Amino acid sequence: MIDITNIQNDFPILKKQVNNNQLVYLDNAASTQKPNQVIQSIVESYELYNSNVHRGVHTTSMEATERYELARDKVAKFINAKSNDEIIFVRNTTEALNLIAYAWGLNNIKSTDNIVVTELEHHSNLVPWQFVSQKTNCELRLIPTTPQGTLDLSKIDELITEATKIVSIVHVSNLTGTINPVDEIIKKAKSVGALVCIDGAQSVPHMPVDVQQLDCEFLAFSGHKMLAPPGIGILHAKTSVLEELEPFLRGGEMVKEVTYSNATWNDIPTKFEAGTPNFIDPVGLGVAIDYLSSIGMENVRQHEKELITYALDKLKEIPGLEIIGPTNPEIRGGVATFTMKDIHPHDIGTILDQRGIAIRTGHHCGMPYHKKLGLSATSRASFYIYNDYNDIDKLIEGMNDVINFFN
Amino acid sequence: MLPSELNDLYKEVILDHYKNPRNSSEIIEPIYKARGYNPFCGDEVNLQINVDNNQVIQEVGFQGHGCAISQATASLMTETIKGKSITEALEIREEFRKMMQGENSNLELLQDLEILEGVRNFPVRIKCSLLSWSTLEDSVS
Repeated sequence: MIDITNIQNDFPILKKQVNNNQLVYLDNAASTQKPNQVIQSIVESYELYNSNVHRGVHTTSMEATERYELARDKVAKFINAKSNDEIIFVRNTTEALNLIAYAWGLNNIKSTDNIVVTELEHHSNLVPWQFVSQKTNCELRLIPTTPQGTLDLSKIDELITEATKIVSIVHVSNLTGTINPVDEIIKKAKSVGALVCIDGAQSVPHMPVDVQQLDCEFLAFSGHKMLAPPGIGILHAKTSVLEELEPFLRGGEMVKEVTYSNATWNDIPTKFEAGTPNFIDPVGLGVAIDYLSSIGMENVRQHEKELITYALDKLKEIPGLEIIGPTNPEIRGGVATFTMKDIHPHDIGTILDQRGIAIRTGHHCGMPYHKKLGLSATSRASFYIYNDYNDIDKLIEGMNDVINFFN
Repeated sequence: MLPSELNDLYKEVILDHYKNPRNSSEIIEPIYKARGYNPFCGDEVNLQINVDNNQVIQEVGFQGHGCAISQATASLMTETIKGKSITEALEIREEFRKMMQGENSNLELLQDLEILEGVRNFPVRIKCSLLSWSTLEDSVS
């Protein structure tokens, strides 16, 4: 099992006082905190290795390049990619998904085709596909949800058809915590020859994810949701797809040969990393991956499963509280979303903040799903490796404050 | 124990207006109306106003949903602007904005709205309190 006390000691922000209480950070689905190891690696990058990557012949530039490429290697191993060339550094999950939509979607989809997403998508995996659908006049299809907040796959054969060119689905929902049965959906997509894109923003940080086992064409995720700095995200794509793909952004570095009238593209992954990249934050991501790997992703998942089990049990006892999403911890990540009868999430968030408890309130970039549920906003507590039962007890005490206040 | 700032924010009067909003019946075919919506919170305020020939507010109605601050402000606003001219109502709006931003404001004009002063200690909640006022402005412009 994981040693929580040691882990907590690695995160300086957890000692912070917020409104005269020690911070209880339960907003991890939005962004996670950073351990000393990651913070130090960033400081070190600026103090010792700050130089533009790839072009330089001087020592510091070569060192910076080495650190940048070592980070790529760590990412590749972490998700079991076939080669480092399949790892493209981008800003975040949203940019990775836009890269696919622009570079692949606009060039490969016709009006008679269709794109399949789910009702549980974060805006980042919905809005880019709406754009492709509008530009190409193709149909955008939705895999519906059950009242429990899981995907309803009963009509999957009618949704994913020979005309389906891509199935782009969220692995773990940031709205409901649902761990979607991606294996089953990928199998279906393969059977009709469609490509598969997985939004791994809430899965890669929290459980083992193996791209070769999944056999998806694309996987997108963000560093800042897995202990790394914001500003670094990952697009994994199969070599065969990347070789065929048009560039997303054009300019320096991504080219092989340039004349006044034309240009040829560099090899992958550089073809997709135009301009000076963020060469600092990937180093932090590499260290974050080392940190998570030393705990073990199976253990991370197990820890969060225990936390969500405990949290759902405790939250269910609160009168007027309704859990959004599945209540079975086997198919739920560490995301506890709920509503309170007659009390708006922002009022809950403000009152909890007075106790130093940070949760997220609002629509969590899932407006259509909230609308479907007839809700404008929900409250969401989400966990990570440094959270423990004590944090959940404080959340429950805080919720009792909220109730006392409004009654 | 809850900190006193919280009691300043959620005063009993505010919670009362939230739970029992005043002027909540919808006015059919009003002279002025607008819908205010804050996508960040999902707060919504629908406002209707009827005025006489001198542009004095005779009737005001609002319906909405959202957090306690947004809905209580809307309720308190309808009480304050009733019987005032549109020009006066917009002056009150300006004084309310000043109060929220910590500037000197005319408390005589603000009347009961002064109890919302505590909102300004919670910067992210100020927009909750300003929603009904921007809806008022939209309705008459």
